[in-house]
Amino acid sequence: MSVDILKTTQLSKSFGDTHAVDHVDFSVSAGEVLALIGSNGAGKTTLINLISGLIPPDSGRVDFQGSDITHASIHRKIQLGIARSFQLVNLFDQLTVRDNVTLAIFSREGRTRRFFSVADADTAVRDEAAVVLKEFGLDGRAGAPAGGLSQGERKLLDVAVAYALRPKLLFLDEPTSGVSTREKAPIMDIITQVVRSGGITAVIVEHDMDVVFTYCPRIVAMHQGSILADGTPDQIRNNAQVTANMLGTQSG
Amino acid sequence: MSAPGVAPRRVLAWSAPVLAALIVLPFLVPAWQTVLLSYGLVFAIAALGFNLLLGYTGLLSFGHSAYFGAGAYAVAFIVKYAGLESMEVFLLGGVVVSGIVAALFGVLCVRYTRIFFGILTMALSQVLWSLAYKFFWVTGGSDGLRVPTPTLLGGLVRMGADKQDFLSGPYYFYVLAVFVIAVAVMWVIVHSPFGKALQAIRDNETRAEFVGVQVWHYRWVAFVISGIFTGLAGALWVPLNGLTTPDILHWTFSGKIVFFTVLGGFQTFFGPVIGAVIYNYLENWAVGYTVYWQMVLGVVLVVLVLALPAGIVGTVKRMSVRAAKAA
Repeated sequence: MSVDILKTTQLSKSFGDTHAVDHVDFSVSAGEVLALIGSNGAGKTTLINLISGLIPPDSGRVDFQGSDITHASIHRKIQLGIARSFQLVNLFDQLTVRDNVTLAIFSREGRTRRFFSVADADTAVRDEAAVVLKEFGLDGRAGAPAGGLSQGERKLLDVAVAYALRPKLLFLDEPTSGVSTREKAPIMDIITQVVRSGGITAVIVEHDMDVVFTYCPRIVAMHQGSILADGTPDQIRNNAQVTANMLGTQSG
Repeated sequence: MSAPGVAPRRVLAWSAPVLAALIVLPFLVPAWQTVLLSYGLVFAIAALGFNLLLGYTGLLSFGHSAYFGAGAYAVAFIVKYAGLESMEVFLLGGVVVSGIVAALFGVLCVRYTRIFFGILTMALSQVLWSLAYKFFWVTGGSDGLRVPTPTLLGGLVRMGADKQDFLSGPYYFYVLAVFVIAVAVMWVIVHSPFGKALQAIRDNETRAEFVGVQVWHYRWVAFVISGIFTGLAGALWVPLNGLTTPDILHWTFSGKIVFFTVLGGFQTFFGPVIGAVIYNYLENWAVGYTVYWQMVLGVVLVVLVLALPAGIVGTVKRMSVRAAKAA
């Protein structure tokens, strides 16, 4: 058995009367690619927000590689190796595609505080950004402003920016939402390829069951703030509770 | 593209002739014209500092008079209390004092954005303004403080018989040199990894945080750098004016700095520089032309916002991009 890279213990968050995340015990093994599924409002995104530090939990604990990071700053979590993308694409729209990635590289190297050197003159960083963009199939768009990309390209760039931080654990919040069905497979192919070759542990929040069953060997299903089921695609497909709550109207 | 920033070679290609013209100009035009241009260059340095916040960090300050005034009053205090007249000491004093004021005010201001940031910067600058009025035994109140013509380059260059000759000659070139250095330094700052991080904060604060940029901290550093540039301008301005009064601490002067920048175009690096120089000519012309000069400038501002929202440089840039695409 591989070790847990991430573990939450009784993690909870309420918004008013709604228990968005309700005493969740959730763990991720190093190197696995895991899908987090559930209907709207199941608490998937809230769980990621709690772990990545966007919002603080009401109670419970988050451990990363054996140390408590429940109340660590976002900056600290990134330094430790936790990165994320966003459901609604979050990019630096006026910066070029290349600069979106170089900024992540400079940040990773702790060099964004330097204000007396020209960023573009750093060929090592430029070269690394070029490699990252090539991996994501965005090398042809390097000089374009990020705001001018298509939705599919924006989704990829969003992941590329997080990936350029060289994380150990990467959260991808609906990497294929808002793109056409035809674009989904190529995007997931690229993402899973990059993640696997980089040895990155990935947690993918996804709505599309076809995508989930195809790309993720382990699936965790959430419902009303709690974990409903956890297993392989076959186990999830044949789980009565999951079928009743989520897959009921879908072909599965 | 739309991000502020230009390739170094292209910048040099057109800035070299402009610089040559600025060097030759004093030999071709009357002295008062050169002095007028000096004011323009000084305001350009202030606008350059201001735009690090507006154009690159996405923060609209309505209180930059505070740092301009801090630089100017620092010079006046150096004269009054230390009896020194060296321009280098003036500049150092202006930079240090405006930097300290910006560091203190910045701690409060950078926690807010948008209108809250604007109001807070304005309120703090108004505090300095009222202090300058009330503490007249220190600041001279509304009479202000006189500042004699300084010596340049550690006393190597001194004023001759005529003040106008000094201001339009050695002092103009001194201002020009500081201006060129300020532009070069700011150009490097906005093109540095730090400058890119500021633009990232401007575009998307949450994502910047998730790339590892500590947003408050970076905003604060940008605020201090911005204040220092504006304070440097204030220190250069005093010898031209010969006097510093509370007017330059008033929020209406902050409004002028905003005007420079909007006029030139805040989404370009050189927009605020061009805007400051043009505004200075415009105001000078309007003041001489009519007693209703503020109305004239108000109309200009309205027309500008409606017709050229990208400012002068922004519009020229867009037109040249369009022309290049059509060709």
